[in-house]
Amino acid sequence: MSEPLLSVRDLRVVFQMATGEIEALHGVDFDIQPGSTVALVGESGSGKSVTAQAVMGILPANARITSGQLIFNDPLSGASTDIASLPADSSQLQDIRGGRISIIFQEPMVSLSPLHTVGDQVSEALFLHHDVTRAQGMEQTEAMLEMVGFPNPARALRTYPFELSGGLRQRAMIAMALVCRPSLLIADEPTTALDVTVQAQILNLIRDLQSELKMALLLITHDLGVVANMAQTVVVMYHGRIVESGTAVDLFKDPGHPYLSALFKAVPRFGMAASERLVPVRTIEHELGEHFQSPASQALQTGPLLDVRHLCKTFTIRGTGLFGRNESTRVKAVDDVSFSIQRGECLGLVGESGCGKTTVSKILMRALSPDSGSVEFHDGQGPVNLFGLDDDAMMAMRRKMQLIFQDPFSSLSPRMTVFDIVREPLVIHQRGDTASQRELVQELMRLVGLDPRFLSRYPHSFSGGQRQRISIARALALQPQLLICDEPVSALDVSIQAQVLNLLKDLKAELGLTYLFISHNLAVIDYIADRVAVMHRGRLVEMASRDQLFSNPAHPYTRSLLQAVPHPDLAKPLDFEAITASGGSDPTQWPTAFQLDADSDSQWLDLGQGHRVRARTNANPGEIMQ
Amino acid sequence: MLRYTLRRLLTMIPTLIAISIIVFVIIQLPPGDYLESHIATMQAQGESVDQKKIAFLREQYGLDQPMWKQYLTWATGFVQGDLGYSFEYDLPVTEVVGDRMFLTILISVVTIIFTWLIAFPIGIYSATHQYSWGDYGLTFIGFIGLATPNFLLALVMLYLANVHFGTSIGGLMDPEYIDQPWSTAKLLSVLEHLWIPVVVIGTSGTAAMIRRLRANLLDELEKQYVTTGRAKGLPPGKLLRKYPLRMALNFFVADIGNLLPGIISGAEVVAVVLSLPTTGPLLIASLQSQDMYLAGSFLMFLAILTVIGMLISDLLLAMLDPRIRLQGAPAK
Repeated sequence: MSEPLLSVRDLRVVFQMATGEIEALHGVDFDIQPGSTVALVGESGSGKSVTAQAVMGILPANARITSGQLIFNDPLSGASTDIASLPADSSQLQDIRGGRISIIFQEPMVSLSPLHTVGDQVSEALFLHHDVTRAQGMEQTEAMLEMVGFPNPARALRTYPFELSGGLRQRAMIAMALVCRPSLLIADEPTTALDVTVQAQILNLIRDLQSELKMALLLITHDLGVVANMAQTVVVMYHGRIVESGTAVDLFKDPGHPYLSALFKAVPRFGMAASERLVPVRTIEHELGEHFQSPASQALQTGPLLDVRHLCKTFTIRGTGLFGRNESTRVKAVDDVSFSIQRGECLGLVGESGCGKTTVSKILMRALSPDSGSVEFHDGQGPVNLFGLDDDAMMAMRRKMQLIFQDPFSSLSPRMTVFDIVREPLVIHQRGDTASQRELVQELMRLVGLDPRFLSRYPHSFSGGQRQRISIARALALQPQLLICDEPVSALDVSIQAQVLNLLKDLKAELGLTYLFISHNLAVIDYIADRVAVMHRGRLVEMASRDQLFSNPAHPYTRSLLQAVPHPDLAKPLDFEAITASGGSDPTQWPTAFQLDADSDSQWLDLGQGHRVRARTNANPGEIMQ
Repeated sequence: MLRYTLRRLLTMIPTLIAISIIVFVIIQLPPGDYLESHIATMQAQGESVDQKKIAFLREQYGLDQPMWKQYLTWATGFVQGDLGYSFEYDLPVTEVVGDRMFLTILISVVTIIFTWLIAFPIGIYSATHQYSWGDYGLTFIGFIGLATPNFLLALVMLYLANVHFGTSIGGLMDPEYIDQPWSTAKLLSVLEHLWIPVVVIGTSGTAAMIRRLRANLLDELEKQYVTTGRAKGLPPGKLLRKYPLRMALNFFVADIGNLLPGIISGAEVVAVVLSLPTTGPLLIASLQSQDMYLAGSFLMFLAILTVIGMLISDLLLAMLDPRIRLQGAPAK
């Protein structure tokens, strides 16, 4: 084997905390060969990102390398440098950083300065590391932007990051990292914040550029699906140690370390049997208390619980442009959305970010009022129109519907103890006295598998998964019938995700709950939902039972969503060409039968057994089921 | 941008009219007028008052008119540059204010520059060397500056300046230059006296500014885009100037709106202690003696400067920050 591009030897990194020193990396060893892809896999807090920061020499101020070597053999100059021995601000390291090794971060929005143009930020590294004139530099920058797929690179030079979509921002970030043609690219969770279809495009882009520029890739991720599609070598990290490493083929076939095999069982996959359960890396036990013992009578009834009819909501975006341009655009966030949720059912609502999923959930909670349409709640005594209720009646209605949010960090007040957080709904709705509230809160904690002794703590001392369970406890405090879960697991690690999904699944069965489960992750929807509605640009485009949708998707958008999901299976690689061919989320690329513009009528075509797809009124079914 | 500026300028007009009405009403609220308090003073001193003369004056100045007429006279005059007549000084307001206004602006501008020159390097140092001895030491000195009453510092400085440099106590120039036309010698004398009020007025502002700059910069230094810049291989100094410092400037620009009115009304207590010929003490005196045109003019100046200052802040913010310039606000 040739000389490795980077070899990490016995790397130890220590963080100086208020409570003392904490060793984050306990002797990490691995090699990266020139031009190869190494995936660094592990849950958050395992030391993946710290390793990347050490390689770049950009560790936070309170961290330092205590021992070990980071030998970088530059194929361009032939020089061999020990990065670990160089001070962070030395000129030698500054030359390597951004010039020979560069990095892409997870969050493309916060990783770019909002005050500087894309051209300025992308070209910066070029002017730092290469001796080019201004004109040459801008020319190369433009070429780079074109290479990463900017439709109009000359214009992109002058745009600001906040004017771009998430996918384009990440492309700008990639252009910035690659403009100096480094020999090693570190990608720290490059696609975690992106939609699946965009993720597939970005992964494809990174792969293409990698072979074109002949660079090595260190891919940091917790998504085994991404690993299967990108990496030749896999390095598994757990608690600051490398627990396993080898070729992707070997590790996927025969995961040796219990952590890795546990990780495989925790990932939701397509085509799981209905009875098959995910096995979280750490299982949690929960118990039902007396208040939650008997499944409420609601589960025994049948029929719809919630009926949503023809919801529409338009937002006006006012643009105050330079030099008095003052145009306003109207965006149809929700466009004629109708669905119903049966009692005891979990309806999955899928779509990309910005498609209107969250707006629907806000309308259902009456946090927004729709322009038109109705929402009817059936609680046993006939339908109740949510928008016809006065304040008192709405207050009573809120006990029957509760919401779980995506971000477990910002959805819990950091100034309230867990007890106060979980108890708050009981106080607002004046349920019982203090003693009975305390009893109920303790029961709720056991219900979500948390120790009631934690009640006096504040949210910051809990992990993301635990916080999300606190959110669930809070939502269940009023014993609602309907839970709206807005991306409840997308901010969580794979290992934690399985815990929360299992908990939600169990609670639904045990308490006879009904869910509206909003997510962009189809594998998660596949695991938890009974029926699925697919949403695209404010419209529902396909509705079907879980089995039908995943085995026989009819709408091109649904198909491209399904194709774009990376499977943690080497035998099922992403077919990038098929994703591009199916048209993705761009309606102009769809077959004409599905193209809907403002004037063309659309209708639901019934494909049998409740499987419905939205198409043009004059389209024939044969054209659709091709 | 042009349209925005025009719209802002237009909305300033009703704002200022509303302010002028409020100002006029408040000045008129205490019972009586300048002549009445003048008569009271004369009588207290045992002098006789010529009622005919008083009546003449009252007619002359329009004090016998109803309030709305008085307001109109004042407001229309103000727009034409006629600020009215100061009863106390027996001079047109423009002449009373004239020289003082120049000296006030001089002191204020020098003070602002002094504040910035001291506060910027210290704030940046404190933020980049957080929790170091240098940070603690400078923070400590800053807090002393913040906590020491200005008038006390003024007295100490006066004493030191007099003992060590032989500077005459009080005022902004040596006594022989007062009311003299401007000359090089007079200017030098002003500069010699100027540093005391500048340091005294500047200390508390400097300390506050250091703290704000430090806090803002610390927030920015933790942001991800700073790490991105480091990962590109930017040297630390250049990185600091280009990204976090630029971002931390926003608060500073937003502050300009508050600085302008302070030019006229700021630091009255220090001005009294140091007997500075600035506008602050004049404003207080005119309010006490119900010298309505003088007081009204001052208050209107303050209002105009506040409105203009805010406009400048907003325009500068839009220039500095593309998010403010280009991002549309959702209008529901």
